[in-house]
Amino acid sequence: MNLRVSIMNEIQEPTTVAQVSPTTHFHGDNGDRGGNSAPTLLVKNLSYSYPDGHVALQDVSLQVNNGQKVALVGPNGAGKSTLLLHLNGILSDRGQVQVAGMPVTKSNLSVVRSKVGLVFQNPDDQLFSPTVFEDVAFGPLHMGMSKDEVHKRVARALAQVGMSDYANRLSYHLSVGEKKRIAIATVLSMDPEILVLDEPSAGLDPRARRALITQLRQLPVTMLTSTHDMRMVSELFSRMVIMDKGRIVADGPTQQLMEDVALLERHGLERP
Amino acid sequence: MSYVSRAYISAGATDSPALHIPDGFLSVWMALLCWAAAVLLLAIAVRRSRGELVERQIPLMGVMAAFIFAAQMINFPVAGGTSGHLLGGALAAIALGPWAGMLVMTSVIGVQALLFQDGGLVVMGANILNMGLLTTLIGYGLFQTVAGQRREVRLAVAGIAAWLSVIAGALATSLQLWLSGTTALRIVVPAMVGIHALIGIGEALITVAALAFILQTRPDILEVHSQTRGGRGWVIAGAIMALVVVLLAPLASANPDGLERVAMDLGFIQQGMASPYQILPDYTLPLMNETALSTILAGAIGVMVVAGLTVMVVRLLRRPARATS
Amino acid sequence: MHANTFDRYQAGEGLIHSLAPQVKVVLTVLFILSNVLLPDGAWLALSLAWCLVLLTSTLAGLGIGYTLKRSFVALPFALAAVTVAFNLPGQPLVKWNIGPWQLVATDAGVIRFASIVVRTWLSVQMAILLTATTRFPDLIHALNHLHIPQLLVAIISFMYRYLFILTDEAMRLMRAREARSARPMAGGGGGSVAWRARVSGNMIGQLFLRSYERSDRVYNAMLARGYSGQFLTISPHQMHTKDWAIGATAIIIMLLLQVIGRLTLQ
Repeated sequence: MNLRVSIMNEIQEPTTVAQVSPTTHFHGDNGDRGGNSAPTLLVKNLSYSYPDGHVALQDVSLQVNNGQKVALVGPNGAGKSTLLLHLNGILSDRGQVQVAGMPVTKSNLSVVRSKVGLVFQNPDDQLFSPTVFEDVAFGPLHMGMSKDEVHKRVARALAQVGMSDYANRLSYHLSVGEKKRIAIATVLSMDPEILVLDEPSAGLDPRARRALITQLRQLPVTMLTSTHDMRMVSELFSRMVIMDKGRIVADGPTQQLMEDVALLERHGLERP
Repeated sequence: MSYVSRAYISAGATDSPALHIPDGFLSVWMALLCWAAAVLLLAIAVRRSRGELVERQIPLMGVMAAFIFAAQMINFPVAGGTSGHLLGGALAAIALGPWAGMLVMTSVIGVQALLFQDGGLVVMGANILNMGLLTTLIGYGLFQTVAGQRREVRLAVAGIAAWLSVIAGALATSLQLWLSGTTALRIVVPAMVGIHALIGIGEALITVAALAFILQTRPDILEVHSQTRGGRGWVIAGAIMALVVVLLAPLASANPDGLERVAMDLGFIQQGMASPYQILPDYTLPLMNETALSTILAGAIGVMVVAGLTVMVVRLLRRPARATS
Repeated sequence: MHANTFDRYQAGEGLIHSLAPQVKVVLTVLFILSNVLLPDGAWLALSLAWCLVLLTSTLAGLGIGYTLKRSFVALPFALAAVTVAFNLPGQPLVKWNIGPWQLVATDAGVIRFASIVVRTWLSVQMAILLTATTRFPDLIHALNHLHIPQLLVAIISFMYRYLFILTDEAMRLMRAREARSARPMAGGGGGSVAWRARVSGNMIGQLFLRSYERSDRVYNAMLARGYSGQFLTISPHQMHTKDWAIGATAIIIMLLLQVIGRLTLQ
């Protein structure tokens, strides 16, 4: 069935594909937040063209429920990063994005941005402050929190990525792996509803990659991750979304989609 | 020492003769005067940069300051073991707009002084003025005169502006040194202006090539700034500055005695040679003899007067800035 | 490349390291100001000022010789000041005949020249100590505490963060250029000077665009974390009694230096 759907390339609702129940996932002590049954992330009929006319997204729809860890895969230029930039309103054109039931509009951008923890691919762009502390504190500070609360948040976020001793370090002195983990801490400190990662394992040596995967597995948060690292996908994400040429072409349990070699090949992907 | 700092020292500190003035080379009053001028321009720059674009501009100006610093390290061999490299004021002003260019160059000079002791702290005002403000003013002002012209014309003018901006910096530096009583005018002006007329050629070539590259790849970046308001003001300011440099540099080089006499007549020289506490010439503070203590007090009063004037001027300047924006 | 030493900071725990950075900045500037205010030839006061440098260096655990190594950076500039030795009216000390010119060094001129060089030498050493005992991010906080406009402080903070990254990029570009030049650059390189300048200009243009685009991504990362035009920071350096006490003591010492400098000349 998955095969047929993906061949048709015509997914209207992501739910047409077998959805993995959130309850089968590890989600730490979060439970269902606020008793709200709205999906953590809901993307409806999103389209986007760049000013030069290049169409980056075509009618993309996607739903991520609380506690799910979802991988977003596809070749370069498939529109993955463009999609991620829509999730907190940095880009917007046609279609709708809802975060925890709240539609993303111009007026509530600051609230939405604290709920979507978007971590960019290059940690040197993500870490723009002189020290680790200042970077992790940036989000909470700009959410208007008190000094004490900011310090608490920073300490907790650094502990979550296992980097508690790094608060006073200078960002430039960190290794790539350390930078990636601090980059994740910079959004964890905002206590987001969903963690959105762009290529978290790119550029890491095997040991740093392993450490990162272990860390991501332990994080009790909803997660949407764009990546080329298929081995990480099968290890860490039970649900996989394939994008190509600005569309979502498949969405289903990772194990099932990984079996479908023809589907993977058609979209420039490899089985791990 | 690390690779980078070594490269920095070799590229920045030794190749550019004598534009980063160290502490001790300017008299206190000259240092304060330069600070006053620099603070005045910077205060306007800060106010002008609070407009609609600034939230985007903060990271842009920060990264661009790092860019100027890094670009100054890219050198090329000229001849005889010397190498040319960029100062960057004209490029920054043309590519980022005048106010942003000033703030970027100021940050570069500040970090060079604080991190590398390249240029002093008390004389930083002079360094900012010479390398950051005069260069951006001339660079942007002259470039604006040919806004909307053909590409070749604009590039040629950018080159001339870059060349003049370096000479302006060198001329201002040597005049400040002379008026501080640190150097002899008849030697330092011809030497500094002469050397920098050569160095300026490198600056011009690099600036033109860099701008040509940017115009080819991302012309939109330059267009944003050629439409900023107050274009005519910049053109006039840039033209006046350029004219002053063009007239004063040869005059001071060829006829230092004349300039010295003018300065003597105007009473600059005596002040320059004297220690700063003699700025208030016939002062005697009431109830005090002419002791060391009273000279210090007089010096302190002088400092406070200059600081007070600076604050007042800045306050006054804020009003029209608000009214126009 | 790991640019730990790009920073001149020397980790330490001592009295000087723990002083509030804004106090250190103010005292350094005052010390330099004090040197410049001392009259020419106030050798006793200048020597005492040097003792102050040595004391600070020792208290910071850096040892006496630390600042010496780097204190000569400003000396090339002294060349420009040499002229003053021959330019001030006074008792002739030495005469040189160079071609048609006669150079006469006067006592007043030589004293002035020596005073300038010593002032500069002392000032640079204290500035070196400031950088050696204060992490640059703390210096940035100090600028904040000293009410430097927020906009400039923010620019400097970004600049410091990307300084290393962009210098690395510039280095890579230069290495790539060298790898492609047939003749080593030191040996004159290929092509005319104008051509070489154009190559450098292209590299700088390229670096400019990369930096420009990077600032876009940085801006996005800031937006993603709630930035909306107001740049906020936490500056953690409160003034304690110790900071006030040391600051006041240092200022009194510098005032004494001024008095000594003037009394010894009278």
